[in-house]
Amino acid sequence: MIELTNVTKEFKSKKRKIVGVDNVSLTIDSGEVYGIVGYSGAGKSTLLRCMNILERPTSGEILIDGIDLLQLSGRKLREARQSIGMIFQGFYLVSSKTVYENVAFALKAAGVPDKKIRPRVNHLLELVGLTDRTNQYPSQLSGGQKQRVSIARALANNPKVLLCDEATSALDPNTTKSILALLKKINRELGLTIVIITHEMEVVKEICHRCAVMRDGRVIEQGSTYEIFSNPTEPLTKKFIETILDFQLPEQLLETITGKLVRLHFWGELAAEAIVSDVLQNFSVKGNILHGKVEYIRDVPLGIFVMEVNGEPRETEAAIDYLRERVSKVEVINNG
Amino acid sequence: MASIIELLPELNVAFFETLLMVGIALLVAIFIGLPLGIVLYVTDKGLFLENSWIKAIVGVVINLIRSIPFIILLVFLLPFTQWLVGETIGPLAASVSLSVAAIPFYARIVESAAREVDKGVIEAAIAVGASPWMIIKDIIFPEAKPGLISGLTITAISLIGYSAMAGTIGGGGIGDLAIRYGYYRYDDTVMFTTVILLIVLVQFIQYLGDFIAKTVNKK
Repeated sequence: MIELTNVTKEFKSKKRKIVGVDNVSLTIDSGEVYGIVGYSGAGKSTLLRCMNILERPTSGEILIDGIDLLQLSGRKLREARQSIGMIFQGFYLVSSKTVYENVAFALKAAGVPDKKIRPRVNHLLELVGLTDRTNQYPSQLSGGQKQRVSIARALANNPKVLLCDEATSALDPNTTKSILALLKKINRELGLTIVIITHEMEVVKEICHRCAVMRDGRVIEQGSTYEIFSNPTEPLTKKFIETILDFQLPEQLLETITGKLVRLHFWGELAAEAIVSDVLQNFSVKGNILHGKVEYIRDVPLGIFVMEVNGEPRETEAAIDYLRERVSKVEVINNG
Repeated sequence: MASIIELLPELNVAFFETLLMVGIALLVAIFIGLPLGIVLYVTDKGLFLENSWIKAIVGVVINLIRSIPFIILLVFLLPFTQWLVGETIGPLAASVSLSVAAIPFYARIVESAAREVDKGVIEAAIAVGASPWMIIKDIIFPEAKPGLISGLTITAISLIGYSAMAGTIGGGGIGDLAIRYGYYRYDDTVMFTTVILLIVLVQFIQYLGDFIAKTVNKK
């Protein structure tokens, strides 16, 4: 659905050139929710804005649904943009227009005849759950409600793609959840391809099928969200994952440890198996879980536990070898 | 007191002359100054109709007119006024130079009012595929409306001040009355009456402008 080839965006200031996006190639499939993470300044926002030519790339190619956007200008480009919805961190609603008028504007912009506007707006407001706010002004709405209006506006012309620029970053955790649930619903029911820019791994974990990590304008790692969470390779990716899966043990506790410290990864269904109790029954070792968590990455479990294994050295080795066979990944952190 | 009653008919005429001059100039400001201000804004760097040539030309012309002191502009425009309205005295003639002064004045105010519109809102409109004209008409204009109205209030009040100068070269109006009686004839009563009248007029315009600007503001 979205194909970026060698996209580069340079900003020229008086003295030097700043590279915002550096030779990025990405393919995002139809119906997919794709996350792009990175710290601010990593170029993720610029990359997203290249996808609907709010920012014209310096070089590269951008195909959306087979249409080469960089070949378009004027009316043709405006028409193409109507099939690419976009929502923003700052909502950007027209403060002098009511909820209804804000959504209707997108339809007017696309030249939809007046008669068809009312039923369409009503349908959209129903979809985002705001039918009771039709005639209110944005200043009367909460952040979450504003974002719902902007989603309705973005969906007005039946786009194939929805670009989300830090769409939940200005919202509290509960509202974020409800907006993500709405995006999930839209993705499922309308088959919309969604691209999400964020610095919150929580968002990626919740709804992204695949994701990419960006640094200094480049994509440094990408893959399925599960892969990224369970087996990150780049240090920056690991840092991002740690915001959700952090298993640092307190210093004091580490000093008192006598056995071997291992980190066990349980991927997918393994998380449901009673592997730890099997180990404790089959080997004469003591096991003590010090830290751990089961996270659900788009509803697939990912379990990580930190366990202290205590016993005779040989027996301990055997127990760890056994674990290596049964769990997805074993990391020995501390040799005790 | 007697002199005021005696003066009433003339005061009445002068008051409406002022309203006429300022009213015409305001209308011209809206019809020409407003579009020029919008042009200044949308052709700015980074905006959707970026065009440094148009921006520079309009900007220079506006600055040119604005840098001429009004009293000189008044004299300078006399031949033009003669050509346009066929006379150089009277409120109609005075409204020509008032209009010429009002256009760039209001255009700059419109430009800065438009600049207050959140760029993100304009961007969101571009993202839904709106045409430049739709963005101007349906986004910038309504979003800047409170600023445009406050700007019009400022313009109206400045024009009342200018109209007194126009009065000195035969434009008529309250300012003219004040100068003729108050300055040339040392008649303090008339002077005070006209000043009070001007204060009331300015207060009223300011109040009305603020009220309307507040009503249309949905922020």
